[in-house]
Amino acid sequence: MNFLQPIGHVVLESLATAGRLTLFALTGVIHCFRPPFYGRMILRQMIEIGYFSLPVVGLTAIFTGMVLALQSYTGFARFSAEAAIANVVVVAVTRELGPVLAGLMVAGRVGAAMAAEIGTMRVTEQVDALTTLSTNPMKYLVAPRLIAGVAMLPILVLIADIIGVLGGFLVASYKLGFNPANYLQSTWDAMEAEDVISGLVKAAVFGFIVTLMGCYYGYNSRGGAQGVGAATTNAVVTASILILCFDYLLTEMFFSGK
Amino acid sequence: MNPAAPPTAATKIRVRNLKKAFGSKVVLDGIDLDVGVGESLVVIGGSGTGKSVLIKSVLGIIQPDSGSIEVDGEETVGIDPAGRERINRKFGMLFQGAALFDSLPVWENVAFGILAQKKASRVQAREIAIAKLAQVGLGAEVGQLYPAELSGGMQKRVGLARAIAADPEIIFFDEPTTGLDPIMADVINDLIVKTTREVGATALSITHDMASARKIAHRIAMLYQGRIIWTGTPDEVNRSSNPYVDQFVHGRAQGPIKMAVRA
Repeated sequence: MNFLQPIGHVVLESLATAGRLTLFALTGVIHCFRPPFYGRMILRQMIEIGYFSLPVVGLTAIFTGMVLALQSYTGFARFSAEAAIANVVVVAVTRELGPVLAGLMVAGRVGAAMAAEIGTMRVTEQVDALTTLSTNPMKYLVAPRLIAGVAMLPILVLIADIIGVLGGFLVASYKLGFNPANYLQSTWDAMEAEDVISGLVKAAVFGFIVTLMGCYYGYNSRGGAQGVGAATTNAVVTASILILCFDYLLTEMFFSGK
Repeated sequence: MNPAAPPTAATKIRVRNLKKAFGSKVVLDGIDLDVGVGESLVVIGGSGTGKSVLIKSVLGIIQPDSGSIEVDGEETVGIDPAGRERINRKFGMLFQGAALFDSLPVWENVAFGILAQKKASRVQAREIAIAKLAQVGLGAEVGQLYPAELSGGMQKRVGLARAIAADPEIIFFDEPTTGLDPIMADVINDLIVKTTREVGATALSITHDMASARKIAHRIAMLYQGRIIWTGTPDEVNRSSNPYVDQFVHGRAQGPIKMAVRA
């Protein structure tokens, strides 16, 4: 029966991790709503997440929009349905590609940095030092990051939506020979508030996931440089997988009735 | 040469039957320890004997398995977070690696506790920080630098300034001289004696540096296999007639203490 042992071990271990993560998330969220609030830390994290992620998210968005227009043109041309390109671009970018790609890019950029920073603070006893200086590390390190993540990702995604649609517009009007005015008109007609808003809600959830994973793995890192490296990897991988899972769940929630 | 014994009428920290195990490894096996008000107690012991676990249990960073830790007569094991925060306001701690926050300039590191306790505005806190830096022999210009720009000795001094900044009643020193050259180690020892006396604080230190222990201690306690096996004054430590203490004080490889070394 020895072969059952490793299976049971893995199951128990993953359940325990899920429990620890849930407790960590709850504690973090509670600290977001209880004073004292560290405005300086929140602002710093907002700049880190929002402002410094703009280039990478913007580049991702513009190329995605451009590729989308090009791909759907070659595909739709077979059915003489080229007119639907504007429609496809705006729906795909606002509902799906904007939030998911921005979430993944931010997971790689911000989640990794958070895990590495908090992890290094953990192994050099800086987290313990916070406790001895009458400061709760969950409140000082984790809560500001969660707040900044949930607040900034929707803004990033809104900008990504605009840039993505612009990318599609550029390719359509300068390369594929669409009339720019007509293209803009059909983009406008195809745009639904619901699509955009669902994308922004997704973005807020992804922002929470990315910052939570960065904080959780950093906070619990052990054993020097290797531990911090493992924490960084785990933070990015777990955040990316959870983003894709939650993307499906949220899409199901928003649009299953349609 | 040793600091005169202080009045020890009242007990500041009382530890009773403290136990902590990590998995099957027993680290603390029933510690009893008293630190008087204004007293400087140094716990000596080899690496891995649980010195750090002891000090972190008192600080509330590690939860002990059983036993009691009283600070000013108040039980702190299993205390609620608000009570823990209140107790921790009495504490200052100098970490082994200084543990300075590298995202903040030196002055903000020193003023961190003051700002966290909202004892002063940022402008006032900065002035206090510069005064504390002066106490440990650092100029005001150091306040602008970041911890990564400082040498190890300077980081220790900044860590000391941070530990004493909020005028704590009890200061903890975790291996204060480790990783420093002998002269800088002595400078730090002098500063520890000077600063703890200036604020009239109780001190609990852990070290394996006997020169440091002799200099900063009113009383020395030896930790071995999770228990306190000997206590006495720095004078008595040389003629303790305890084979374990003798071996440690004279740094002999041969003796009753067997290091877990496989040749």
